[in-house]
Amino acid sequence: MTTMKSLLGAAAALAFSAAGALAEPAIIFDLGGKFDRSFNESAFNGAERWAEETGGTYREIELQNDAQREQAMRRLAEAGANPIVMAGFSQASALEVVAPDYPDTTFVIIDGVVDAPNVQSIIFSEHEGSYLVGMLAGMASETGTVSFVGGMDIPLISRFACGYAQGVVAADPEATVIANMTGTTPAAWNDPVRGGELTRGQIGQGSDVVFAAAGGTGLGVLQTAADEGILSIGVDANQNYLHPGMVLTSMIKRVDVAVYDAFSADTIEPGIFVYGLAEDGVGYALDEFNQELITEEMIAAVDAAREQIIAGELSVHNFTDDGTCPVEMQ
Amino acid sequence: MDFMTILQLSDSSLRLATPLLLACLAGLFSERAGIFDIGLEGKMLAAAFFSAAFAFTTQNVWIGLSVGIIASVTLSLLHGLASITFRGNQLISGVAINFLASGMTVVIAQTWFSQGGRTPALSGPARFEEFVLPGASSRIRDIAQQDPLGQVYSELLSGHSILVYIALLIVPLTWWILYRTRFGLRLRAVGENPAAVDTAGISVVWLRFAAVMICGVLCGLAGAYLATGLSAGFVREMSAGRGFIALAALIFAKWRPWEALGACLLFGFLDAVGNRFQNIELLTFLNLVFLFVVLVGAIMLVLRAIAIARGKGKTRALTGPAIALGVGLLFSIGLPMLDPDGGLSATLNNIVLPVQFMQALPYILTVVILAGFVGRAIPPRAGGEPYVKER
Repeated sequence: MTTMKSLLGAAAALAFSAAGALAEPAIIFDLGGKFDRSFNESAFNGAERWAEETGGTYREIELQNDAQREQAMRRLAEAGANPIVMAGFSQASALEVVAPDYPDTTFVIIDGVVDAPNVQSIIFSEHEGSYLVGMLAGMASETGTVSFVGGMDIPLISRFACGYAQGVVAADPEATVIANMTGTTPAAWNDPVRGGELTRGQIGQGSDVVFAAAGGTGLGVLQTAADEGILSIGVDANQNYLHPGMVLTSMIKRVDVAVYDAFSADTIEPGIFVYGLAEDGVGYALDEFNQELITEEMIAAVDAAREQIIAGELSVHNFTDDGTCPVEMQ
Repeated sequence: MDFMTILQLSDSSLRLATPLLLACLAGLFSERAGIFDIGLEGKMLAAAFFSAAFAFTTQNVWIGLSVGIIASVTLSLLHGLASITFRGNQLISGVAINFLASGMTVVIAQTWFSQGGRTPALSGPARFEEFVLPGASSRIRDIAQQDPLGQVYSELLSGHSILVYIALLIVPLTWWILYRTRFGLRLRAVGENPAAVDTAGISVVWLRFAAVMICGVLCGLAGAYLATGLSAGFVREMSAGRGFIALAALIFAKWRPWEALGACLLFGFLDAVGNRFQNIELLTFLNLVFLFVVLVGAIMLVLRAIAIARGKGKTRALTGPAIALGVGLLFSIGLPMLDPDGGLSATLNNIVLPVQFMQALPYILTVVILAGFVGRAIPPRAGGEPYVKER
């Protein structure tokens, strides 16, 4: 009996001290998994960097299926985590339901927009970053045909495709752009076999540079491109190291910066925040693995375009604005 | 549609049909012996994971393949133990294997590699490289420069993983074992009438276990091919329903090896078409369908003609393939004649089938086949029934 009492007492004391301590931040990863070498891993790296620099701890949940989303958010919110960062557009609909129930918790959603007083929505200008890697692809291509493999067929991925196509055409007006989507369900983020088959088909149609914006599926695209001896372009994280000398560049989307900023901010303002070229939220990767593929002229051209976009002299059409793309893709 | 596209489609069909074919033949051995096996999917998945994991750690794909086969055979023995020794329900045991494999692979992968339930990417000796036949080119860009005969040789015949060739060789081997050996005769008999086999003094339990183990080996090959040949590493749920499609193909093939090859090639072809043509025009689609019908019809016609020339089979068997060939040719020649001004072609060209339809096609076909649209499929008579010596 006494043991029981002291145990209960200890538990109560623990619970009290946990509530009294500064709230821990939390992050929910999307279905691709924490180690997808891409979007989620980038988010994870941002959280890890924060933990390393501040010595703090954070909570995390890796979703295994769609049904867990709402439950995961509620669990973290009720455990007192604050802020809660949600990586991935597919969390938006669940967050719309959950956010009003926890007005004292701040939520941050990456890649999606939720209109609530306690939610910050972070979106990236993927079309601008894709434009830059599209220019590199257009300049690196010898056949004049380049291609794109998307993951799930959603407007966000079309934004990548459309920006890419505009960049390609800017570098080489005669170029042909082939675009394929892997599928229409979330399984399309994790199907490297189909990604590889799509790439083979595109190579058969003449493509010699392929850009993959497809999460885990992209690993199959990059692998096939390396096997077949053509260049590929990675996405989200810097993927140049995966196949040194065969990955032309990567369209970097600084999800890690967004997570790091959210974790370290004192107060998080609600509303929509855009990470574009000017904020270094998107860009192209240049390191020791691809320096031989990218010439000085290419860097000069792309950096000039980057300056023009930031200055507003060059505008890249955003697919999600009106659902159309000015460049025809096959 | 040019020649190279058709070739690439055939090439892709062959690659995608291989795991189906191996799983289908695995099911054929098991079901012919009277053990229904819906655990093909799970066994493939387990083999895919273990082959990738061991290929990565040892950097030797052959060790990976062996471990994959061992994993798959272990699950097979589990199935055998439940459904042969303990006379449990075969379907339930199969479902349990699927669930077990689906969860177990991810958990072990997470523990071993901490990469979110996947194995690290395989490269070099940890992967089945393309097997290039002498004098063939391996890269699509070089192949496109060759003459048509060279293209067929380099693209379609050469450049597959060794497991593809093995899978194709297993088809005649299966036929030979089933129809030309004593073991095969007994195996078929045990699926039709185990009591008769038992009366003849042959162990039903042993025969069924042998069949289930062969099934395990073939599923192991299929899984290893998925993870170390077709792609480079294991990812969660990578078998993606192929085990179930293999079962559908098995029913379509009426539990016969050569027909299984045809059925699996058909499913592989549909998969390849879905990958290659997203948003396909109706005209192109019809062309593809009839192209396939003509090809299959011609091959079947030749095969059956040979059989008849050798004094086996009846002339009646020629009608089916001949009709298929005729309809296919009639369409390709007839359409331009019916439609001199190109109006119909233009209409057909304007109707675009959405990508969703193309990707759903293998599954739609599975439903159509399972609904019994294609003839009557009679399973082995004693299938699904545990054998009890005396009633």
